[in-house]
Amino acid sequence: MSDVENVVIVGSGPAGYTAAVYAARAELNPVLLEGAVTAGGALMNTTEVENFPGFPEGVMGPELMTQMRTQAEKFGARIVTQDAVELQVDGDIKTVVDDAGTVYRAKSVILAMGSGYRELGVPNEKRLSGHGVSWCATCDGFFFRNQHIAVVGGGDSAMEEATFLTRFAEKVTIIHRRDAFRASPIMAERALQNPKIEVLWNSTVTDVLGQDKVTGVEVRDTVTGASSTLDVTGVFVAIGHDPRSELIKGQVELDGEGYVVVDGRSTRTNVSGVFAAGDLVDHTYRQAITAAGSGCAAALDAQHYLADLAQ
Amino acid sequence: MGATKTVTDATFADDVLLSDKPVIVDFWAEWCGPCRMVAPILAELAAEHDEIVVAKLNVDENPQIAAQYGITSIPTMNVYSGGKVVKQIIGAKPKAALIADLGDYLK
Repeated sequence: MSDVENVVIVGSGPAGYTAAVYAARAELNPVLLEGAVTAGGALMNTTEVENFPGFPEGVMGPELMTQMRTQAEKFGARIVTQDAVELQVDGDIKTVVDDAGTVYRAKSVILAMGSGYRELGVPNEKRLSGHGVSWCATCDGFFFRNQHIAVVGGGDSAMEEATFLTRFAEKVTIIHRRDAFRASPIMAERALQNPKIEVLWNSTVTDVLGQDKVTGVEVRDTVTGASSTLDVTGVFVAIGHDPRSELIKGQVELDGEGYVVVDGRSTRTNVSGVFAAGDLVDHTYRQAITAAGSGCAAALDAQHYLADLAQ
Repeated sequence: MGATKTVTDATFADDVLLSDKPVIVDFWAEWCGPCRMVAPILAELAAEHDEIVVAKLNVDENPQIAAQYGITSIPTMNVYSGGKVVKQIIGAKPKAALIADLGDYLK
């Protein structure tokens, strides 16, 4: 069984890289499929991370991920820059197939696929995606210099994007469906204090307007039911994320929203030898540090599982 | 085999619009995470495909061309043939998906 790996980690980000650091140091010689274009995960699209302990001056999201990756490699993790396209987790030997067609056989698997951004689900969103509709303020904010931009959402991501976009925009309007933000107070306060930011409370976006590029959004007031048009050239969507659990649907127990269900405080799924960590599991906290913590737990759980197998 | 070619506002007309071969232009910037992900894939395409030129345009340093082609999201990859945009790919994609999208222009 020399061609059977101890553990294959699927997905990067803080959960996957931390799992790789721990698994490598436990001499499990892990393979990490970090993703072809999503390597590093959600933090690759952020700027300054101010709440990761150990970085009092803050650290750039991509830099933090590069450092974690380097640390995993230093201890011998084999990092493959491909997407997993197929997983078979039944039985004692699990198989993972990557985009290049390479098949990995493993005694255990750590799932850390994270989450993908949620779409508005309005008629013209897809058509105008990349033509004014964006999910990445750090990538695309630059193109909206001295323009009026809408940010949709009320969480930390929406606050971060709105605040970041004021570097370029003349004005940023946050459109939020409730009458209060769910963002952390420090982030919400920073946005509300910014003279370039206005908020449309109790409002949902019902469509994006424009022929070849965005010229506005159609907004409905959730209290009065009244519809209106807001003239903007950019719409940045930050309404949350959904777990990327498609690959294991039907194989591993998921909850109603598609998150992987784990056993108590452990990272064990309902399938023996399969562990899950990070945003794929986490409804609640969804932070870089909690993802890293659960990645660590997954590696330790896998280590114990493998030790029991060997007995 | 080829490498990627850097084009600028000043060289765009000569290097892209007047090129004999189709040119895929990657509009990118340092501060764009997904651009960094797609860069090595484009370098591989350049090395493996002589029938197409793979060019890179830094939007930070060359805002004119980016504005002229209405780029508002990066990475955007435009394919130019005979001086016109014949294909537009927005967003980072894995190599296989990119090759599938570029099918008509690759041998």
